[in-house]
Amino acid sequence: MATDHFQFPEIKKAPSRFRNALGKYRITITSACTNCGLCVELCPYGAYRAGSKRPRPSDEHLCLGPSCSKNDFYCVDRCPEKAIHIRPNPSFEVLGDRRWPAELLAGTWHMAETGAIPHQGLNYKTGSSGGGFDKIRFILPGKNGNSSPGSDDNISTAIELNRSGDSRPTVTIPVPLYLGGMSFGSVSIVTMLSRVRAATALGTFCCTGEGGYPEELMDYDDHVITQVATGLFGVREETIKRVRIVEFKYAQGAKPGLGGHLLGDKVTPRVAQMREAVAGSALFSPFPFHSVYSVEDHKKHVDWVKEINKKALVSVKVSTPTDVDMVVVGSYYAGAHIVQLDGSYGGTGAAPDIAKKNIAMPIEYALPKVHRFLLAEGIRDKITIIASGGIRSAYDMAKIIAMGADGVCLGTADLVALECIRCHHCESGRGCARGIATTDEGLTGLMELEWGTQRIINMYSAWRTQLVNILRRLGMKSVTELVGRFDVLAHMDYIKQEEVEGELD
Amino acid sequence: MPPKYHIETSQVPNRFQKITRSGIIAWEEGCLKCTRCVKKDCVYQVYEKRNLDDRQMLDSLDSACMDCFRCVQNCPNRLIHKGLNPSYKALGDHYWTPEIISGLWFQAESGRIPVSGAGYGGPFSGPGFDAMWTDMSEIVRPTRDGIHGREYISTTVDIGRKVMAIGLGPGGEIISQAPPLVEIPLPVIFDMLPWSPPGDNIQLSFLYGARALGTFAVVRQSGINPAVREFLPHVIIYVDGNPGDLKEELFSSARIIEIPDGGDPIALQERFKSINPALVVMIRLRLGPKTPERAFALIAQGAEVLHLVADEYGLEEGSDPLFIKERMKEVHLHLVDKGVRDQATLIGGGGIAMAEHMAKLIICGADALSIDIPLLVAMECRVCRRCKEGIACPVELDGVDPLWGSLRIANLMAAWHSQLLEILGAMGIREARRLRGEMGRAMFFEDLEREIFATMGKRG
Repeated sequence: MATDHFQFPEIKKAPSRFRNALGKYRITITSACTNCGLCVELCPYGAYRAGSKRPRPSDEHLCLGPSCSKNDFYCVDRCPEKAIHIRPNPSFEVLGDRRWPAELLAGTWHMAETGAIPHQGLNYKTGSSGGGFDKIRFILPGKNGNSSPGSDDNISTAIELNRSGDSRPTVTIPVPLYLGGMSFGSVSIVTMLSRVRAATALGTFCCTGEGGYPEELMDYDDHVITQVATGLFGVREETIKRVRIVEFKYAQGAKPGLGGHLLGDKVTPRVAQMREAVAGSALFSPFPFHSVYSVEDHKKHVDWVKEINKKALVSVKVSTPTDVDMVVVGSYYAGAHIVQLDGSYGGTGAAPDIAKKNIAMPIEYALPKVHRFLLAEGIRDKITIIASGGIRSAYDMAKIIAMGADGVCLGTADLVALECIRCHHCESGRGCARGIATTDEGLTGLMELEWGTQRIINMYSAWRTQLVNILRRLGMKSVTELVGRFDVLAHMDYIKQEEVEGELD
Repeated sequence: MPPKYHIETSQVPNRFQKITRSGIIAWEEGCLKCTRCVKKDCVYQVYEKRNLDDRQMLDSLDSACMDCFRCVQNCPNRLIHKGLNPSYKALGDHYWTPEIISGLWFQAESGRIPVSGAGYGGPFSGPGFDAMWTDMSEIVRPTRDGIHGREYISTTVDIGRKVMAIGLGPGGEIISQAPPLVEIPLPVIFDMLPWSPPGDNIQLSFLYGARALGTFAVVRQSGINPAVREFLPHVIIYVDGNPGDLKEELFSSARIIEIPDGGDPIALQERFKSINPALVVMIRLRLGPKTPERAFALIAQGAEVLHLVADEYGLEEGSDPLFIKERMKEVHLHLVDKGVRDQATLIGGGGIAMAEHMAKLIICGADALSIDIPLLVAMECRVCRRCKEGIACPVELDGVDPLWGSLRIANLMAAWHSQLLEILGAMGIREARRLRGEMGRAMFFEDLEREIFATMGKRG
């Protein structure tokens, strides 16, 4: 494949943009400290920096905590004055929720900062939601490293997005992921550009969402997916012609069955111009497309885009109703190259809590249903299935591929890389207090483009490392071998460790 | 088409400071008093607006903080932290969780649907109502946009018995009599409370609320006093004493009367209806393993409305109790099997705590629901159940102003109504009546787990 020699971007350190990074432990140094500097020297993770009166635990989020006591560099024991105390950070337990517990957030921040897998003993693989991904494990034969059939360099993580066999170009991405739509207006231009630039560096794509195609994105046309959604905000012929993939958004997992709503406060003059609307007035995206009430209507949509852009692949984004398998088959026969299934637990946009929790299926159920149905129909290898909505980690990504997806689409994870703490207040007042999902000028200024780009690159590089590890331990040479391999997964409620040959991870 | 149902809402402030999940721990000792204090930079001006509630000695910092962590992360001496609030964790119990209680408070205060960004943060699934998902439509089925007022979705349901066919006499004249039907614009009635602080004000709040919303509140026979009489068109009198003690004039003003099962409820129903034929009679049954049979027997004898009640945790009676949703499914399907389901109205109650429970119980076969504890929570109840022990209510509910209480209840019901519209809209269903028993438009945990996960990792 063309991407076999893809040059992955360089990992550069991108520490927290706030003074105090959030970690699991809090280090305090009492006044007994003589500033001998031993702790600064000892800590291999660089938790301390030298200070004029006493060292500062400036990077306490890198600290291993009390489990470090077995090491000969454990600062608490080695400090000649016994001046160092390590305690759990009280703020840490306030962070996060069942799907994204504090450890998963901190683990993701660590990957975004360093590009490496967390060393602090944080659970960066699963959340604590008590079901779905959080109960599913890989069955890995042998112990870590024992079954290595070759070096990691020989393992491909690339996937092909055009499997239809039609005359349109092939589009191969070196990682089995692309970044999902977040509109200009819902997130800042810095956030949007950071995501697009990271996608470009990783050789993959980033979707514009429904809100137009800001000109700042033009340099990255080949890595942009432009979205046509129910409000048709910002959809123009020239933007459809500009890209390699056009996406129809029929529904989104954040609010399945409901339309979008951009609050008036977020509709700045620039946002309004892009969307051909009036500044300051709230914008509603209807649900559904009022021009599509059947698969035949849907085909007209697909034909229309294919006519306007003869080279583009067409992606169809749908959510997960009971008859999701029928919807996907319909989309295939209407001529879609890619179907993106957006599960109900994901999404970044503001949505009614009742919809997020209750309407439509979690992706862990929908994807296997669709995969098996397409296999039975004999068309599984003609269409690319992308899973989204609740993919939080490299492990979630690998699991959903084993459950039948070709690749995944991400959104929330990017925002977490940019130091989203999931306070869930994206919609209130001036928008995100951390300058991610806002159009407020003051708040947008909290983040720099280079930093944002690098954080996302770092995180996905760490994801790729983990995916390659999993593939190597399964003895696979390519991520495409993992698709639909339910036999390498176990659900902890239905299978016991004794029934499994190998390690559960 | 009936006029669109609209519930007036307004901001109705709390009387007591609400209990929030976490608080700010700010150590004053060691503060640099730096001129560029992070507190000044708070996006939500929490520090600027800081005040101490002198009645409750509570710092507004804790309840106004929006958890953005910027002060925590920017304080030069790391003196600001957040901590979980133990009183929040202590709210309610395993079923009436702090999340449910604080969600109800928000809706009662604002009349708005809880909305938040960044996806869902809760458990994958859970017992009871958390083990099902509702359907949505896309591409092949249209949805309805009820929430922004662009399409009409009706939440009206009927209470009463229905005739399945019109009987005609020899001359073609209609000889069957249509039994009385009472329409309620929202599939909810207010039930008696399992426990509550003493006094009449709570009940008056319910009655004001029921009247404003066009629905009903169940009041015990012994509780019918002059103040309640004013609300009789919105009262369901529960005859739990001697029926002979009820004054005949009550029958002429009441529209619905409830009687307990046991003895011969049908005979009592006939007796009441002979006094006022326009009266709808509801029979109250404690939900249990025998309910499907009993419900069929009663309907076969002419019962109009069955009110099936579980306990405050949604559990039926018996040693191995089923959850209301499971038994309701069974009752509904049994009546469908017997061909009598459409003749009678089923009202389910007990353990209804959130708007989604309303939609889910209707999907499982109820025509309407009765609610109790959420109405108290709307008035700031903390589900501490101290009143049950005779201890004073921490939020002084016994002295609550009934007008304030009714506005809070109206707000809560407005938010529930809007959320029901969201569910119906996503499914493309135009009427709450059509949602009843639509189990094919829902997804159940047990089915999905069996289909998708149970075979995973098992070879051969």
